[in-house]
Amino acid sequence: MDNGHKTGNGVSTAICGTAPVPAEEIEAICAQFGNDKHRMLDILREVQDHYRCIAPATMDHVAASTGLTRIEVEGVASFYSFLSLAPKGRVTIRLCNDIVDRFSGVSEVACVFEEELGLKIGETSNDGAFSLEYTPCIGMCDQAPAAMVNDIVLTKLTPETARSAAQALKAGRSPEQLISERFEALTPSERALHMVDNNIRHAGEVLLGPVPEDAGLAKAATITPTQIISAIEESGLRGCGGAGFTTGRKWRFAASERAEKHFVICNADEGEPGTFKDRVLLTERPHLLIEGMTIAARAVGAREGILYLRGEYVYLRELLLQVLEERRRRGLLGKDILGVKGFDFDIRLQLGAGAYICGEEGALISSCEGLPGEPKTRPPFPVNRGYLGYPTVVNNVETFCHAARILDKGAAWFNAMGMEGSHGTKLFSVCGDCLNPGIYELPYGHTVRELLAMVGGEDAAAVQVGGPSGTMIARDSFHRKLTFDDLATGGAIIVFNGERNVLEIVEYYMSFFVHESCGYCTPCRVGNVFLQKAIQKFRKGLANPEDIDYLKDLSGTIIETSRCGLGMTSPNPVLTTLKNFPLVYSAVIKPSKDGIRDTFDIQSAIDGARKIAKRRSYIFDKDFTQ
Amino acid sequence: MSGTKRETGFTFTIDGVEITAYAGQTIMEAADEAGVYIPRLCDHEGLRHQGSCRVCTVKAGGRSVAACTQPAAPGQAVENETPRLTKMRRDLVEMLFHEGNHLCPICEASGNCELQAMAYRLDMTEATRFPYLEPCRALDASHPDIALDTNRCISCGRCIRASQDVDGKGIFGYVGRGIHRRVAVNGENLADTDAEVTDHAISAEVCPVGCIIRKRVGFTVPIGEREFDHGLIGHDIEEKRK
Repeated sequence: MDNGHKTGNGVSTAICGTAPVPAEEIEAICAQFGNDKHRMLDILREVQDHYRCIAPATMDHVAASTGLTRIEVEGVASFYSFLSLAPKGRVTIRLCNDIVDRFSGVSEVACVFEEELGLKIGETSNDGAFSLEYTPCIGMCDQAPAAMVNDIVLTKLTPETARSAAQALKAGRSPEQLISERFEALTPSERALHMVDNNIRHAGEVLLGPVPEDAGLAKAATITPTQIISAIEESGLRGCGGAGFTTGRKWRFAASERAEKHFVICNADEGEPGTFKDRVLLTERPHLLIEGMTIAARAVGAREGILYLRGEYVYLRELLLQVLEERRRRGLLGKDILGVKGFDFDIRLQLGAGAYICGEEGALISSCEGLPGEPKTRPPFPVNRGYLGYPTVVNNVETFCHAARILDKGAAWFNAMGMEGSHGTKLFSVCGDCLNPGIYELPYGHTVRELLAMVGGEDAAAVQVGGPSGTMIARDSFHRKLTFDDLATGGAIIVFNGERNVLEIVEYYMSFFVHESCGYCTPCRVGNVFLQKAIQKFRKGLANPEDIDYLKDLSGTIIETSRCGLGMTSPNPVLTTLKNFPLVYSAVIKPSKDGIRDTFDIQSAIDGARKIAKRRSYIFDKDFTQ
Repeated sequence: MSGTKRETGFTFTIDGVEITAYAGQTIMEAADEAGVYIPRLCDHEGLRHQGSCRVCTVKAGGRSVAACTQPAAPGQAVENETPRLTKMRRDLVEMLFHEGNHLCPICEASGNCELQAMAYRLDMTEATRFPYLEPCRALDASHPDIALDTNRCISCGRCIRASQDVDGKGIFGYVGRGIHRRVAVNGENLADTDAEVTDHAISAEVCPVGCIIRKRVGFTVPIGEREFDHGLIGHDIEEKRK
């Protein structure tokens, strides 16, 4: 396996396009962002969009303009999946190869694109027109298989629709025209809804039912920051991203930190395969989200906020920018909000560039600072020293939306819903083998079986609760409850019927974590590769009974020694399936015979030497007719 | 970051041994001063703490933390040399061996290599169970005095921090992500940078393995006189207690 990075540093790199990019053009891009090194991600995204890659020469210009070294720029450019040091096609087609998309036929769709464009997955056409590649979960599992074509999202692809899309693109139509002939005339909201269905199957009382405009913010403006925090604390609201930290406490910590500035950041980087609830809120309730952020800002005394949107949701950028602009116009953002003297707050939209790890609080902050998306050392915690060293509240989209509703309807109203320790409602994004994939807003406390009945997934054989980093359960656990104390979840519920191969699912999830590990710490960077390889061994039928212990042992080391939540949960697909589907593993393991390991293939071991020596092995050659 | 206010000292224990620490000290800093060795690879005296190799993982307050970045806390009971921790550290060191190409018998760092010495200290005496990833990265021998073989790199980043913070140059940096993450130089190759053999980042002290190679000085110290021929890695710290 070549685990080296293929670009730069001694290895020749293709230059973007044909002509070198003039320095003035790059300098102009940097100037757009004030030559601010903290805006590196925006700068590089802009360069990538213009020139389809970030070539070595352009990195030199970017470094010069922002006062960094070239290697620092390269560190960022080489970290994010959507940035590339080698030229990409003018149209880049990224097919989502999440497990749900695989089970929905993405490989047939891929074949059609390969055939029509004359490219293999991973290739860019010689004329620079097209790139074709796979990408991990893009948040469209309820309408798989899906793809990103530049900034456009195509959903529910079939070989037929893929063929007509590929032919239209080849004929020179723009990706936008694939969505609508009059794309330009549509509003940002109409554009989003043309591309992506929101599939709201059950609207609950808090988020997806009728929501009055800015009632929570109006309330927040009339009470003190301390009273806002108390209300959030009394409601029992816990973070909806997965970790479940008490929101009120987080705000209180940040508010009590004395500093020149405070920040509020919204984590709209849901990247857990199978989750798409924030996508729905961002489309359907963008005002409620900004309202929640504004309330948080008043609570902790922040004047600046950042909405960090995952790169996969770039199709929502215009919509969100429009909402921010509208709220500025209406005096709901900016100076003296709602006429309250000193209540100043504004938000900048920060787009990610394809990195799951940026959903981790510290990595998200690093990314906002223009750095590679690497988690930060804790302590200090973000509430003490976060974005640029200032106290920072990071909450996810759903949490902010809840907070706005709590201010409007009161803490007791919210607290009465759900169960002890898990109050209020939760958005579940359900996908996979069920009749009605989509969004369900339910109070905490439903059992998995009840949820399966609602979604038409009664014949499920396995359910992945909380995405790959969560728990995979079998039929004998469907009585368990969806709460923080039993089956905790950020919202992703993936249903698998009896036809699905559990080990295939586990292998995909491990490959996902290998792809998405930031690489900072040893156990996550290296250990996950070993876990993935070990699962491959099981799938090939080459595993021994001792390999079960190996899986558990290695998983234990990765969990205990990893630096952040990714490595602390990445072995979960292995561990939870070992626990809940033991027969799947024992069915494929074989004891070694005669002390010879099945995994050791002498033929392939000596093959290299055999070729060099140009001689056959009379002992080990099986086939003398070759 | 040694505490400046020495009067605010407090105590905690490591494996039952009472240790005095000062406000702002990490567990490792306090342990080093007290003569208790906590194994580490990415941490190095005089450089910022990074906490990436995880070899210094200890148990503190029931949680696994990196001793090099975790602040010491009054009254805390820290576990360091337990069979479980030693085993996990050995796993991590094995991972580093398997991630790169570490051909100890032909490496000029042999005997002076911290990775190799750590393997000895942690009793890595048997064949390992992990698969070899066998990277194949180009050797950068462009510089007149320095060569770089990143196949032997363990991504400790000590050269990065030494060059940035001590030499004020920024010759090295990380590129890529995940298993593709690696140390690279600030230019097309090393000759393209302002690296000098006299840089702190290039010194044998900073690179713990045989990745940064100073040309024409290899294999000069005979076997028996190399750094770790005299004692296990960490013995210099442990001798403070005797």
